[in-house]
Amino acid sequence: MTELYTEGAPIQDEKAPDGPIAERWDKRRFSAKLVNPANRRKLSVIIVGTGLAGASAAATLGEAGYNVTSFCYQDSPRRAHSIAAQGGINAAKNYRNDGDSIYRLFYDTVKGGDFRSRESNVYRLSQVSVEIIDQCVAQGVPFAREYGGLLDNRSFGGVQVSRTFYARGQTGQQLLIGAYQALERQIAAGTVTMHTRHEMLELIVVDGKARGVIVRDMVTGEVESHFADAVVLASGGYGNVFFLSTNAMGCNVTATWRAHRKGALFANPCYTQIHPTCIPVSGDYQSKLTLMSESLRNDGRIWVPKEIGDDRDPRQIPEEERDYYLERAYPSFGNLVPRDIASRAAKNVCDEGRGVGPGGLGVYLDFADAIKRMGRPAVEAKYGNLFDMYQRITGENPYETPMRIYPAVHYTMGGLWVDYDLQSNIPGLFVTGEANFSDHGANRLGASALMQGLADGYFVLPNTINDYLSAGPFEKVDEDTPEAKEAAEAVRARIDKLLSINGSRTVDSFHKELGSIMWEYCGMERTEEGLYKAIDRIRGLRDEFWRDVKVTGVNEELNQTLERAGRVADFFELAELMCIDALHRRESCGGHFRAESQTEDGEALRHDDEFAYVAAWEFTGTGESPVLHKENLEYEYVEMKQRSYK
Amino acid sequence: MNITLRVWRQKGKDDEGRMVSYQVEDVSQDMSFLEMLDVLNEKLTVAGEDPIAFDHDCREGICGACGVVINGIAHGPEVTTTCQLHMRSFKDGDTIDVEPWRAKAFPVIKDLVVDRGSLDRIIQAGGYISAPTGTAPDAHAVPVPKTDADRAFDAATCIGCGACVAACPNASGMLFTAAKVTHLGMLPQGQPERAARVVKMVNQHDEEDFGGCTNIGECAAVCPKGIPLDTISQLNKDLLGSLASGKM
Repeated sequence: MTELYTEGAPIQDEKAPDGPIAERWDKRRFSAKLVNPANRRKLSVIIVGTGLAGASAAATLGEAGYNVTSFCYQDSPRRAHSIAAQGGINAAKNYRNDGDSIYRLFYDTVKGGDFRSRESNVYRLSQVSVEIIDQCVAQGVPFAREYGGLLDNRSFGGVQVSRTFYARGQTGQQLLIGAYQALERQIAAGTVTMHTRHEMLELIVVDGKARGVIVRDMVTGEVESHFADAVVLASGGYGNVFFLSTNAMGCNVTATWRAHRKGALFANPCYTQIHPTCIPVSGDYQSKLTLMSESLRNDGRIWVPKEIGDDRDPRQIPEEERDYYLERAYPSFGNLVPRDIASRAAKNVCDEGRGVGPGGLGVYLDFADAIKRMGRPAVEAKYGNLFDMYQRITGENPYETPMRIYPAVHYTMGGLWVDYDLQSNIPGLFVTGEANFSDHGANRLGASALMQGLADGYFVLPNTINDYLSAGPFEKVDEDTPEAKEAAEAVRARIDKLLSINGSRTVDSFHKELGSIMWEYCGMERTEEGLYKAIDRIRGLRDEFWRDVKVTGVNEELNQTLERAGRVADFFELAELMCIDALHRRESCGGHFRAESQTEDGEALRHDDEFAYVAAWEFTGTGESPVLHKENLEYEYVEMKQRSYK
Repeated sequence: MNITLRVWRQKGKDDEGRMVSYQVEDVSQDMSFLEMLDVLNEKLTVAGEDPIAFDHDCREGICGACGVVINGIAHGPEVTTTCQLHMRSFKDGDTIDVEPWRAKAFPVIKDLVVDRGSLDRIIQAGGYISAPTGTAPDAHAVPVPKTDADRAFDAATCIGCGACVAACPNASGMLFTAAKVTHLGMLPQGQPERAARVVKMVNQHDEEDFGGCTNIGECAAVCPKGIPLDTISQLNKDLLGSLASGKM
């Protein structure tokens, strides 16, 4: 174990103000240096990624008058994976008069994150949540409304109030289209230059500062260098390390991993969210998993048969022979327990042999009672598009027979370490949205990803990046700057290497094998023995990849195999770090469940005396032991205790 | 089941393309259409051949990246995105033709991948509400009648896939443009720019070499999100009103 990593100096967030928590964000906005409007046009910012966190930041910084250059790997910024978020976005508006407040959203999020997030960050997120809804409505986001014309809300897991705003089952799409339109408006205004079908392959660091990126034009293969006074990574999460996840096929860790290799600390990589309600796997050819929104748990009831091996048609199983196991074990939250708890409970009943469907890897999500109570039209109005999607994928009609669902990798709470300003430990490198680690601790609550992405992009970053940029413009750098030259050459060499191996195995076959190792040993339940095994197998597979992968075609064309090969190569390195992080954290918390650390009734058991810290990892070389830097977490406002949803 | 695919292969934008036949064996009916292409691509790669390039990303029918013409129909026989089409819609022994979107405004980049940047430029021309960050009043300041909000939402569900263009005999992008005009035009927040928006967007649409709309309706027939054809009537109404009033 000791040889797997070494421990370095502790770190701390030097930007977070002290004093009463409700005043900290005001305090920071006041202390942050400003850039006057005339000087902004002399300053440039690169933004990688155009999801909620990237598009909102690009639009807002463009509106402020900075010179923004934006990149996405898709053919249009509108396609970033935020678009697939279904259920909703939280905000402490208290429009329901049900006891909600900024403080309650803060409290729920800290507790939901199992006391592994920063209080200051989460409080700010809750404060800003209110402004996000206003902003989105002003942009024309068509949120669901009631007959009086006011906004509707629903509930999500882990909370007892209704604070989730939604646009049918397509909230992410509508929010992203709002941000995308604001971005396109700035592109037309000339403040943002957009490069679609460009993938970031390296970070340029000059004199210790982030000064640019190396990107590959995915149509021509040209390797380009772009420079700026600051770089923002809004490149999303790394759930695709598992191959099968609810992420889009192109989601990858490359942007953040390349920054990590250049010195940016990677925090809490083992914190992975496994979403409880996804459509189960149907075969080996499966390329991705589809989420069924958590909002379904508002009205659907989750159950399995009481008896092992009861393979009757679910409609024939009488009420008394069903086990509504979440309602039984967690009477006060019932089907709306947080995601980590719902997922593990599903795994447990399947491990007992009571799972349903092919391979016994599924549980029922049943709407029969909801249809009886509300009538089918009301259920259709609320969930119609999700039911249609389910039927299209499985060929079964969920109005008539219960849905089958199973947990799947959905979100990664870990990411690059950032301070209160969202700046990484590399000056000038900022990280927003899912790509950073900051707000969700060890488990994210439903409808909080959209909230964080937009909080970071619309309101936080545009009020903190000025503090850094006020010292600019920085010394001019270009293609001939040695660090930039070196970065571009490294990228070209890596591409050449991948194309020249000409082995016998496809990129996807390696990716699938890596994914199955991760799912087995670093998925819903982790053990010391399993993690050691995983690390060993990942290293072996990585070596084999670099000896035997087959990448067809050339660089100077649209080459999707080459794109995937580069991403998978980075996933190998990340996977090893995830396992090391999971191994070192000998406690269970949120989405990180170590079998060795559980309560008598099988709940996650934290060890606050030893592990109440952020684990920020420093890269030292491929296959070399990383260095662990701890940032201690202190709780002044929310008392750390065992989470209870009973 | 076993399938014969005839796929459009084109090396680059300036190269000539042609249909090439492939046999795909042991296709499961639970596979999505794109997973069937994945299986074929794995086989081609192992054989050292160039796999078929196609755009795709979320594979859950919402990002709008995927889209090919299958047996002459944009997105194929079901009214959905290509990624949500499953092989249970075909039968053993079928021959399936697979082609890219064909439109002057969507030049082919490679195989089944086309450049849809023209759609982004239509949005740039005016498909937004100017509401810079921080300027918004409280979300409840202006109630929106539910029927208007719902109509705006129905139009706003457009995923920008381009199937409407591919299906149109004129290769018109009018359904795409009309969806945005209707989405923003139904909301009180969209009113100040409504008259100018429609004119600017239609001008850009024409500049991008999309064809004119002759109300054939093929677009709405293939739209995976069911954008209604009457959005085009709404666009025409707004356009006439705008031109007549001279407010643009």
